[in-house]
Amino acid sequence: MTQPVATPPVARLSDAAIRRQMLTEFWFYFRQNRGAVVGMWVFLVLVLLAVFAQVIAPHDPTQQYRDALLVPPFWQEGGRASFLLGTDAVGRDMLSRLIYGAQYSLFIGIVVVAIALIGGIFVGLLAGFFGGWVDTVIMRVMDVILAFPSLLLALVLVAVLGPGLTNAMIAIAIVYQPHFARLTRAAVMGEKEREYVTAARVAGAGKLRLMFKTILPNCLAPLIVQATLSFSSAVLDSAALGFLGMGAQPPASEWGTMLAEAREFILRAWWVVTLPGLAILISVLAINLMGDGLRDALDPKLKRS
Amino acid sequence: MIRFILSKLLYLVPTFIGITIIAFGFVRILPGDPVLLMAGERGISPERHAELSAQLGFDRPIWVQYFDFLGRLFQGDLGNSLVTKKPVMDEFLTLFPATVELGLVAILLATIIGVPVGVLAAIKRGSWFDQVSMTAALVGFSMPIFWWGLLLIIFFSGILGWTPVSGRISLMYFFPDVTGFMLIDSLLSGQKGAFTSALSHLILPSIVLATIPLAVIARQTRSAMLEVMGEDYVRTARAKGMPQSRVVGVHALRNAMIPVITTIGLQIGVLMAGAILTESIFSWPGIGKWMIDSISRRDYPVVQSGLLLIAGLVMLVNLLVDLTYGLINPRIRHK
Repeated sequence: MTQPVATPPVARLSDAAIRRQMLTEFWFYFRQNRGAVVGMWVFLVLVLLAVFAQVIAPHDPTQQYRDALLVPPFWQEGGRASFLLGTDAVGRDMLSRLIYGAQYSLFIGIVVVAIALIGGIFVGLLAGFFGGWVDTVIMRVMDVILAFPSLLLALVLVAVLGPGLTNAMIAIAIVYQPHFARLTRAAVMGEKEREYVTAARVAGAGKLRLMFKTILPNCLAPLIVQATLSFSSAVLDSAALGFLGMGAQPPASEWGTMLAEAREFILRAWWVVTLPGLAILISVLAINLMGDGLRDALDPKLKRS
Repeated sequence: MIRFILSKLLYLVPTFIGITIIAFGFVRILPGDPVLLMAGERGISPERHAELSAQLGFDRPIWVQYFDFLGRLFQGDLGNSLVTKKPVMDEFLTLFPATVELGLVAILLATIIGVPVGVLAAIKRGSWFDQVSMTAALVGFSMPIFWWGLLLIIFFSGILGWTPVSGRISLMYFFPDVTGFMLIDSLLSGQKGAFTSALSHLILPSIVLATIPLAVIARQTRSAMLEVMGEDYVRTARAKGMPQSRVVGVHALRNAMIPVITTIGLQIGVLMAGAILTESIFSWPGIGKWMIDSISRRDYPVVQSGLLLIAGLVMLVNLLVDLTYGLINPRIRHK
């Protein structure tokens, strides 16, 4: 009468298959957000422009054409076909400078986010994992950094380190790093009491392994979203520093620096002022759109609703 | 409530000490001689060098310098500017009202427009209004405001000629400084056209400064409203047959306002960063422009004290926000 209960066959998926499935699911949710997809495409175009700037740009970005000062874009009277978007006050081709400017912005974004992310994850992990006085000291230091308006602190840091692109990137990264530290800490504190961590601990995993291999991968979602947001803020803030003369130095074709040089021509030559800013706005907007989509796709709370 | 205030105040002490250390330390972590750095390319005679070193206390041990700095700080003495020779505190107090006026008008503008837009977008979720306003908010959020300011100048000052390009008021008007707020002082002076002039100077800078807070407030209000509208008590209110306006205005909005108020309070830091850019574009004589000018003139006593004052201010406003939050929401207080 008693029959053996048939256990349903457990579907065992390989790690690679699970990863594939997660990626498919992520893509499914990401695609729901039309803006995010548009943002992604714009961002890809920017990346291509930056990578292939040498091939795409019609002129050298620092070459000064003395016979072509402040030439308007080609559709305006006096425009020339060889300078599609016109030239600036010393006769450099706007289009080429804008294309090369994409290199600066992406490079700045990547470097700033990388430094801030690595630093923030490291101190955040330490604070969240060890707690106690380590946590208190680290988080108080982060509070101090957060008490300063980011641009002001970055400005002062650059003033101390000396104006220039490298110092601007370091300064911005230092200012952003507490956000990552806080997020990591909060996520680690939520995760470290979970059963899988205890299981790993019981199985004899060392502290470093627990921190970096067991806990960290489960804290990544909010960090990825924050990284995207910081990427766009880094592009904005470095342009602001360039605009204030504290970032990349002329003749660099960084967009903020270009704007600073163009300021005196604002009522005479609209294109030298309008175009670099438009480039900043479009890139930042594209990255923010992508960030919104990433948040929707990675945040399980929103998925359900 | 008193315990809550005290605990919040106590919590600020280490942060404040940290702020003083950073403000104090930044001149001294420079590689090389700070006096030579301040002198810049002009160079300096040995006598003047020794004099300045002694005056600024660089010849004493660093911890003595720090406690001296703290001691003077608590007496309200922030040293003198190297350029104007005037006490830093006096300069700050003269310029501060200009920044406060600009900031207040900007945050008012951002709130008055941002909150209704967010509420309406949430109620009409998915409508064209929702889509257009949220797209606009994202554009505003991504805006390089220094460029936005230049565009507004090109259009409204350059092409239309409606607004002045820089300053707080036309040079034609002169009246005593009563409140430090140009809008109020110009009214008090009773001079014809003074108020209009002050207003026309203020309008573009405040739009520029309001842009990012406006976008943030609109987005935050919308998402807070959406969250609250899904709550049981809102459904209950609806089920009771309450009119939509009452459900939204009383039940939903009041609860949604709590995170929104926090967001508005947190915009003070954003405003200060924005003030640096806005004031430098419009030559607005406030503390943002003061800081930028001092940084480029290597006027380190001003930079040091300005940093301290601004960070202290941000800290204070955040404390006020925390306290208001505790006042509105008893659950926070008793945690």
